Amino acid sequence: MNALAAIGEALVLIGTFFYFLSALGLIRMPDVYNRMQTSTKSATLGSLGVMVGVGIWALGTDFGSAAWLTKSIVIAVFLLLTNPISAHALIRAAYKSGIPLWEGSVVDKYREHLEAKDKGEVEEAPAEEGDEE
Amino acid sequence: MGEASKISRYLYTVIVLFLIWLFLTASLDPQELAFGLILSLIVAALTYEIFTTNGLANLHPRRVAYAIAYVPYFLWAMIMANLDVAYRVLHPKRPINPGIVECKTVLKNEVGKLALANSITLTPGTITLDIDGDKYFIHWIDVKDDSVEGASKNITEPFEKFLKVIFG
Repeated sequence: MNALAAIGEALVLIGTFFYFLSALGLIRMPDVYNRMQTSTKSATLGSLGVMVGVGIWALGTDFGSAAWLTKSIVIAVFLLLTNPISAHALIRAAYKSGIPLWEGSVVDKYREHLEAKDKGEVEEAPAEEGDEE
Repeated sequence: MGEASKISRYLYTVIVLFLIWLFLTASLDPQELAFGLILSLIVAALTYEIFTTNGLANLHPRRVAYAIAYVPYFLWAMIMANLDVAYRVLHPKRPINPGIVECKTVLKNEVGKLALANSITLTPGTITLDIDGDKYFIHWIDVKDDSVEGASKNITEPFEKFLKVIFG
């Protein structure tokens, strides 16, 4: 047991704690959007902590080498690049399929934006019909 | 910013691929380096057209310095926001105040907008729902200010000052 192994173990522990929080958030939050917030995000820090933690932990053992750390960092970077895209795709799909926001939600600027856009298109269409008549 | 020359884009792709190779092998053995270089040259020839539009301009020292400074800044923001969300999950009363707000960005570059959207999504408490031109629609777990300016100040501006330089 040395300092590097101890730091790695602490990081893995923190990571698993955030995994636990994201699972708890999945149960506690009221609607799909807030569940996305807690579950996908805490999982990011959880995975980061576990991966980088494993890399540092391995440095402190007798079989470890620097390759452990660099590889786990590359994995973490690719995770950081891809995770938000799937989160964005999921939440956008949820909104487009018409899942309502929780009743306690305070504001929905996206609906206003979509309605303004629709209205712009709808107003143009009847005007054209009027011209034809 | 217009497209850089083909050679500049090709070289930039080779450099990035070779860096990834270095990290994955974590070895300075000449055989490994030579083989990695050959593979980088081949893969870059096939992919540089979709990989980058700016080419070597991305490696301007000022941009690299800001990109390196952005990493700890972003990690810190992410950890703080994670603790904030953790508090909301653990608090018995579940103190959330969610809503979808609109933000405006000053970024013009498409890649910069993508980086900003990803940064926002990775920061817990905010998810980018959609982007339309310079308008970001963001689901925010604790709406402090639902005006466009207030939300922009809270969510996008801390990242923008870095991304403005990194992506031009």
